Amino acid sequence: MTAKKVRVGFFDFTGCEGCQLAKVSMENELPQILEHIEIVNFREAMSEKSWDMDVAFIEGSITTPACVERINRIRQAAPILVTLGACSTIGGINAIRVGRDLDEIRQEVYGDKRYLFPSLPVMPVSAVVKVDASIYGCPPNPKDVARFLTQFLAGKIPQAPKYPVCIECKLQGNACLLVQGIPCMGVVTRAGCGAWCPSKGQFCYGCRGLIPDANLDALRISFEECGLSQQEIDNKLHLFSGRELEKLS
Amino acid sequence: MSKTVSINVEHITRVEGHGNIVVRVRDDKLETCHFEVVEAPRFFEAMLKGRSWYEAAIITSRICGICSIGHQMTSLKATETALKIPVSEQTVLFRKLLVDGSILSSHLLHVLFLAAPDVLGVPSAFALMDSNPHAVELALKTKRLANDLCDAVGGRMIHPITCVPGGFTDLPTPEVLRDLKTRYEKEMLPMLFEVADILESVAENFPDFTRETEFISLGDASEYPFYDGRIASTDGETYPVDEYLSVTNETIVDHSTAKHTHNKRASYMVGALARLNNNFDKLTDTAKQVAARFGLAAVNHNPFMNNVAQLVECVHCAQTVIGRIDDLLQRGIEPEKPPREWKGKPGRGVGSTEVPRGILFHDYTYDATGRIVKANCVIPTNQNFANVDLDMQAFVPEMLQRGMDDNAMQFNLEMLVRAYDPCISCSVHMVKVD
Repeated sequence: MTAKKVRVGFFDFTGCEGCQLAKVSMENELPQILEHIEIVNFREAMSEKSWDMDVAFIEGSITTPACVERINRIRQAAPILVTLGACSTIGGINAIRVGRDLDEIRQEVYGDKRYLFPSLPVMPVSAVVKVDASIYGCPPNPKDVARFLTQFLAGKIPQAPKYPVCIECKLQGNACLLVQGIPCMGVVTRAGCGAWCPSKGQFCYGCRGLIPDANLDALRISFEECGLSQQEIDNKLHLFSGRELEKLS
Repeated sequence: MSKTVSINVEHITRVEGHGNIVVRVRDDKLETCHFEVVEAPRFFEAMLKGRSWYEAAIITSRICGICSIGHQMTSLKATETALKIPVSEQTVLFRKLLVDGSILSSHLLHVLFLAAPDVLGVPSAFALMDSNPHAVELALKTKRLANDLCDAVGGRMIHPITCVPGGFTDLPTPEVLRDLKTRYEKEMLPMLFEVADILESVAENFPDFTRETEFISLGDASEYPFYDGRIASTDGETYPVDEYLSVTNETIVDHSTAKHTHNKRASYMVGALARLNNNFDKLTDTAKQVAARFGLAAVNHNPFMNNVAQLVECVHCAQTVIGRIDDLLQRGIEPEKPPREWKGKPGRGVGSTEVPRGILFHDYTYDATGRIVKANCVIPTNQNFANVDLDMQAFVPEMLQRGMDDNAMQFNLEMLVRAYDPCISCSVHMVKVD
């Protein structure tokens, strides 16, 4: 029996397109992956286009009325919809804007011509349509993407870990940054990256979003002990998780 | 017989970001001809407000996946200048090494995956797998090598981890660097020469079109300037980077969410061709020889040659990688301890580096607590849009005169836009012929 290739579309919304690049950059794995999937829609890399697909991968946040229309059309066409990366999954860096007056921001960047550019509050894809599975991270970790695809092609809907980066960091045998007085978000951030940043001496800045039931009060105390002001702590929490915090409050 | 043309390319493919080409010719008269940028606005300048000195590079990296290293470098330079944070010679060497890798990675992606399908007559690099599998193999292998270098120095290629104000949180070991050097000598350079062979064999497919314009890049430096220098123009002047506003003159136009720029002329071009036109004598001899195979020398006014200039820069960068690694190994690598705290005076700093698509400026003003009160970023792709529009407005009548049909014109216009390697996410702008 010849296995039928899974027909895949990639669609980009508001974001940096780094997630798609991360995928094109999987040079070693790409030929192998392409044995199992057929890419039928991927504007950044190809001119051919098709709407007949088994799964749609979505990158970027929903930020304009046109985005809403387009994501609904994709949802109708795709039996399975997967968000790829922080922007589509949790709102991502764009969600820094959450809690700020949109008109004021547009005024700052575009001045009197701000009305030429309609914008909506930043939304993850799940705020508009049903999402079947998510790949977290800014950028997603190639190993995590490979794990996702392996499980997915075996017929499963892969789930993301519900434990924090901290656990993966301990497993790597890293010295704890927080203990050294460096305000690291690993204690409340969803795992799956293999403690990518702390393993390189940089604090985790929370690009994979918060774990369920994150103890933010304890985190605040720890960050105060590191010498951060309340504003700095708020800023850190809102770097990637503005939308999630909004839901909690 | 008078001619009426309507070209409308919505969301042009094989470019980074969303843009449309609109061209309308009625009764031989060019009524509309421009590149519309329809990318959703990103508001990064506003997002930086209130953010701390250690966060600016993390945030601005996310302006663009392809250019994330360039944004980080420029951001770090702006912050370090504003807050007077010292940087060691070793840090600068590693940053230059990382920048070489990012130029290679981005150029190879553009030349081989995004632009080459046009000259090789296929719709995408995926189709190339059937028609020219060796070209795809070269593309994947050279890109892998470029990414490996970025991974080693920056922790990862997209949104690097280790680059922070004042230095690196982690550095590659001498063994890793030695291995990279060997692979650049034995694999990267020979493969780049093969890429040059392939492109040379189809060189006649790059359209013959020239329009005199101004080229702006960094220049006036001791080496081919990706990391340091003054602002240089092919019209002969140089300017200090902190006077960039007098060169870029950003304006908002109705057909684009990205701002346009102009210096003394109505438009100027930035990017590989601009760098090469301003700094040809600083290229390595081997890179100059590759340029000569395509008849490329300063000052060249054919925007399609930007693709070739990118290839020439790849050869140059592959060689400087080897030289910089030698230098680092000879000096011995010291662990770095970038500052975790900052206590100093408020201030303003302008950082500028050459990213793959051209000259980039970040301009931050910090308060006494090390938080940003004002930020401005001028992106290469924006600086090219006015020039793209003017090129199209000169190119369409030429193509009409050559008797091209709408399809051929559309193909050439898409190719023109692609030649600029626009990065619309960065600029938040693209073409429509209608």
